[in-house]
Amino acid sequence: MEPKTPNPSLNLSDEAIGNISRSEELAYELRVEEVMTPAAHVVQSTMIMQQVLDLFRTARISGAPVLDGKKLIGIISIEDLIRCLIEQDCQAPISKYMTPSVMTIKRTDPVVEALKLFVSTKVGRFPVVDEEGNLEGILTKGDVTRGLLKALQRDYQVEEIRRYRASHLFEDIVSDRTSLILRYNIVAGDFTHGGAASSAIKRALLRLGANPQIARRTGIAVYEAEMNLIIHTTNGGVIRVEIEPHQISIEIYDDGPGISDVDLAVKPGYSTAPEAIRELGFGAGMGLYNISRCVDTMKLESVYGKGTRLRLRILLKDNETVGEGHSNSKGDSRP
Amino acid sequence: MNVADVIKIVDGTLLNPTANTNRMVRGGCGADLMSDVLASIQPEAVLLTGLCNPQVVRTAQMADVALIVLVRGKIPQPETIRLAESEEIALITTPYGMFELCGRLYQAGLPSLERSVVDPSED
Repeated sequence: MEPKTPNPSLNLSDEAIGNISRSEELAYELRVEEVMTPAAHVVQSTMIMQQVLDLFRTARISGAPVLDGKKLIGIISIEDLIRCLIEQDCQAPISKYMTPSVMTIKRTDPVVEALKLFVSTKVGRFPVVDEEGNLEGILTKGDVTRGLLKALQRDYQVEEIRRYRASHLFEDIVSDRTSLILRYNIVAGDFTHGGAASSAIKRALLRLGANPQIARRTGIAVYEAEMNLIIHTTNGGVIRVEIEPHQISIEIYDDGPGISDVDLAVKPGYSTAPEAIRELGFGAGMGLYNISRCVDTMKLESVYGKGTRLRLRILLKDNETVGEGHSNSKGDSRP
Repeated sequence: MNVADVIKIVDGTLLNPTANTNRMVRGGCGADLMSDVLASIQPEAVLLTGLCNPQVVRTAQMADVALIVLVRGKIPQPETIRLAESEEIALITTPYGMFELCGRLYQAGLPSLERSVVDPSED
């Protein structure tokens, strides 16, 4: 009996799609061959039942696929063996007692098809075959569970490994002064991507092992500055972040229009932003003031008609240096 | 209290169902000015806001906000939902107004996680 392959494009409602969990998604992504176990014990149809008896006893198994060459032609189980023993027919070929035409699953099928088969047939294991019907392995429910768990762990580990690697970045590099420089070009008026650079910087710092509070302070300061470039500049500007184990130095600069009164600009509540910007939730005149509260030093230079340069520095204590193997945990971002 | 509890209390609809609803929520903050949020909010808060653009999600991400609740039945633009999905921050919409929601959550035991934006002791 050939396993029927149900149509993989199931009709799912939008709501149902929204509720698909990562493990269900994986059941569609993973293929049977990725989770199956290679068949450890197989028998050839020309072998005799005595050999099956010996194999079952020494290997402590209760069933094995029967092959003709490499092609799967049946399965022999302990029940078949008992029938043979009752008949005292141990010299008979396996083909006499085996169960022919077993249900199989193709190695390239998605795992979800196997799950459907397990549910609909209540069979506990399926031989896995290739396009020609050659045996490739065995699939049990346990294989599927293990495979899904492994895949979920892999998903999770990718970030963990990245974080681990980056968090030791500076350890093996010898120089008088090692630093990592990140640069981002910010486009004037590009509100849709506003914050993308800050987001990347915050993530980079967390991967480098920065303490969550440091990453948060840096993120907020750079985000305000990034929004300033988007809102106020003529041609956009640049964010340059230099990361060293003991300090993060940030420069945000542009080529205009510049700030006419720097002292006034840093005053909380002073704003030159138009109404449209205020509707976006910005332009309340808190930006530079916010930045100053997040950083250890701030220096703002601006020439009206020329441009603005904002220099920020965040200092890291010995136990919170970045890139030197200090670990953080993403979840613990308490103040 | 976690994100799922907040959704129940505010009769909310989760707009990005892939978000982790087990995340802890330690308090709340209500504001429409993102600079105010950045200046005042403490980590792991629920952010109640009437603003619907992607900057809300960016702000939430920078400030370690646990979830965003859009008030007065607002439905955000698709970019906002997409960003919330990729940043894995729960985005919720509820028919209730800001005042009602603050009251409900405060009554349920959530403290305020907003501090004064102009704190003389920090100057």
